Amino acid sequence: MSWIHLAILAPFLLAIFIPIFYKQFRSIHTGWFVLLLPVLLFVFFLRFIPITRNGKQTIQSYDWIPSLGIRFDVYVDGLSLLFALLITGIGALVVLYSIYYLAKDKEKLNHFYVYLLLFMGAMLGVVLSDNLIVLYTFWEFTSFSSFLLIGYWSHRERSRYGAQKSMLITVFGGLSMLGGIILLYIMGNTFSIRELISQSQELFNHSLFIPALLLILLGAFTKSAQFPFHIWLPDAMEAPTPVSAYLHSATMVKAGIYLVARMSPVFADSGIWLWLVAGFGIVTLFWGSFSAVKQTDLKGILAYSTISQLGLIMSLLGIGAAALHYDHLEENLYMAATVAAIFHLINHATFKGSLFMVVGIVDHETGTRDIRRLGGLMHFMPITFTLAVIGALSMAGLPPFNGFLSKEMFFTGMVRVLELDIFNLDTWGILFPVIAWVASVFTFVYSMVIIFKTFMGKPQLEKLEKKPHEAPIGMLISPVILASLVIIFGFFPNLLAPTIIEPAVTAIIPSIFGPDNHVHISFWHGWSPELRMTLGVIVVGAILFKTLSKWNAIYKIFPERLSLNFLYDSMLVGLEKFSIRMTKIFMTGFIRNYLVYIFLFFIFSLGATLYTKDGFNFSLDNTAPIGIYEVILAIVIAVASVSILFVKSRLTSIILLGSVGYTVSLFFVLFRAPDLALTQLVVETVSVALFLLCFYHLPKKLKKEERLTFRLNNAIISIGVGAIVTLIALSSHSTKLFESISQYYIKATYKEAGGENMVNVILVDFRGLDTLFEITVLAIAALGIYAMIKLRLTRGKENG
Amino acid sequence: MEILMAIVVGILFTCATYLMLSKSILRIIIGTGLLSHGAHLLILTMGGLKRGAVPLLGEHAKNYVDPLPQALILTAIVISFGVTSFFLVLAYRAYQELGTDNMDMLRGTEANE
Repeated sequence: MSWIHLAILAPFLLAIFIPIFYKQFRSIHTGWFVLLLPVLLFVFFLRFIPITRNGKQTIQSYDWIPSLGIRFDVYVDGLSLLFALLITGIGALVVLYSIYYLAKDKEKLNHFYVYLLLFMGAMLGVVLSDNLIVLYTFWEFTSFSSFLLIGYWSHRERSRYGAQKSMLITVFGGLSMLGGIILLYIMGNTFSIRELISQSQELFNHSLFIPALLLILLGAFTKSAQFPFHIWLPDAMEAPTPVSAYLHSATMVKAGIYLVARMSPVFADSGIWLWLVAGFGIVTLFWGSFSAVKQTDLKGILAYSTISQLGLIMSLLGIGAAALHYDHLEENLYMAATVAAIFHLINHATFKGSLFMVVGIVDHETGTRDIRRLGGLMHFMPITFTLAVIGALSMAGLPPFNGFLSKEMFFTGMVRVLELDIFNLDTWGILFPVIAWVASVFTFVYSMVIIFKTFMGKPQLEKLEKKPHEAPIGMLISPVILASLVIIFGFFPNLLAPTIIEPAVTAIIPSIFGPDNHVHISFWHGWSPELRMTLGVIVVGAILFKTLSKWNAIYKIFPERLSLNFLYDSMLVGLEKFSIRMTKIFMTGFIRNYLVYIFLFFIFSLGATLYTKDGFNFSLDNTAPIGIYEVILAIVIAVASVSILFVKSRLTSIILLGSVGYTVSLFFVLFRAPDLALTQLVVETVSVALFLLCFYHLPKKLKKEERLTFRLNNAIISIGVGAIVTLIALSSHSTKLFESISQYYIKATYKEAGGENMVNVILVDFRGLDTLFEITVLAIAALGIYAMIKLRLTRGKENG
Repeated sequence: MEILMAIVVGILFTCATYLMLSKSILRIIIGTGLLSHGAHLLILTMGGLKRGAVPLLGEHAKNYVDPLPQALILTAIVISFGVTSFFLVLAYRAYQELGTDNMDMLRGTEANE
């Protein structure tokens, strides 16, 4: 157990104490107790920067279930450090923001901070684990705590719907991922990511490689809200805004990105990986930015924008995999995409976090997030406005903010696709820069929507619940810090390059990028094609924004029925209806139907086994001679039992049953079983008496005998059962595998037990335990009958 | 002889199954009665028939029939008797409380849970 282990577990430990703090210190906002932890953790992780910068990793091992190869191994390299810093850094800012956002006396703060801490610990566990099973455990923990946080206001129906939806989709992906992990274990015989990477060449040629790749990607795509699994993210906006800022922009939705980046060294040799990651990423990028424009809720816009930006990072990671296929490195030509992915990951966390916080402030101060009711807030909230402008312009990719740089690098990566000559990229690759450019135009449009519809124009005070005013200073601290980072990274991107980005890129493409390679992010490329693309985005975007009301109708072309949400909802409802209908088909409530299933199963399973295993065996050896008495008795028993089926009168059928029983006892006499014959006679007599008792007590109105209807199905089933039993009896009689053990009993009956009646000696001496419990059965039956007759609970209530 | 008994047992099973698939409780219980007769005869038949004397040492015979299946059947008879009588009283109580012996009327549905 090392300090890193403790860092992962610290949020869980603190979560235990939160309810105590909450109950004991009611006057202090519980968030203050929480705030210290992410700050400490952030500082703790900062100390790793010099280590990873020199290309070194920190590995700490701790046994969990070593017999199954499951070790709680933590591993700090550039990539996990980047995520750990994001989680703790933004975590600290979000906690600070939430202290001012959530009211002390109206909200259940103990719940909120426990969930948030659970999430933080789980997320740290995901990014720092080396063991895939441990990673999966923390992964599901993030789904679970995210579920709790989305449903935080559980009295709202929409919150519960959103929480359920995100849970179903992310857990579906998580379970697929578990399947992929198990396949990887089968191939590589280890759960350790580092060991899997070291044998990636052998894995590549394994037949399970493609299934494992697809399953792992399914997990990453659902978590990171890639098309078509993105539908849970907009509904997750029902969560409190600090949660949206933290989970659904900066951390949890990047877990899928992390997974793709982390597993890249294992899978990236494959063309399928490249096409799937880049293809789904670019589709998500376009669809997210296209859908964001039609949203009227600010958080809805930000949700779709997050989807789109995640798609951007994903597509860059996919294209970055192409770098592995070129040995020669011309000025880091092909790895540009990976560098861009990492850089944009950081940038997105900063500007999206601050934008969510800005939206939260707007919501908090005006009481609505609907852009149709907002407008002209610039004069009331100048600081918030400034923050929003910085965030939105960075998101749109305008200079001088950091979004501009990463968008330029994104274009570079996409344009480079044209130069690749693998996996058909030389023909179809042209789609990537085109779609990327179109998506960037839409990104520009919705970024402008956020600025202009919210803060510019005429204020509509009559539509607002409160008179808007500037937010309290405490609420502004976090977005101000994030926005300053947006500017700082914009002007000085090389602060990040050697410290964070280079070690992270080394982790993603270790085979070609080492400590000797260096990344240089230049602010000014010269008149490159990327710059012209950006200019085009601005011009076309501005025109589109101006004419938004004219082409808005395009969103009405797609009917609601074709939307993915509708598909999801109808699938959910349809599944439920389908299962109810299926259950109703076979769970009829008629005992006859259930008996039919049982008998049919009996017939078909035994019949099929007999047939396929060639089990039927018939021989006349070893049979006793047939005597005349037995034949007569057999005819009697057959006639009596068959005629029970056809008699209408109950009395007759009872008597016929009795005659079958007495015939059976006659058989026992003939087959030399005196004890059986005696018992059978007595038992049959008593049973018939009982049957007659039942018959006598039939209600009067039912005594009228109803007609017996012959049912062909029942007849076929019964004949089937009888035939199967006969066939099995014949073939098992014809195959005697070994001699009976009864010679021992015959010899030992007198010598060892001192009795002459073998059957009785077996019953009370050799196998006395059977008899003991048979007595118990009778006693229980007797007690049961007594209780059934005596205990009349319903009657007793009526009388007394 | 065993072949004949196998057929008899088959007939008993057929009739029992047919009765158990009918509507009236009484016929179902008659069916179970026939089924246990069939099962007992089956056990006896599978042990081998008529190979020697009654399993009493006083007979001083060279061969005795197999005593083990007889002991098993004796246990089975008593148990099936216990179960049958319990069933019968259950049916009798069901008549008294519910006023029907028709299994279609005694349907457990979600509505009357």
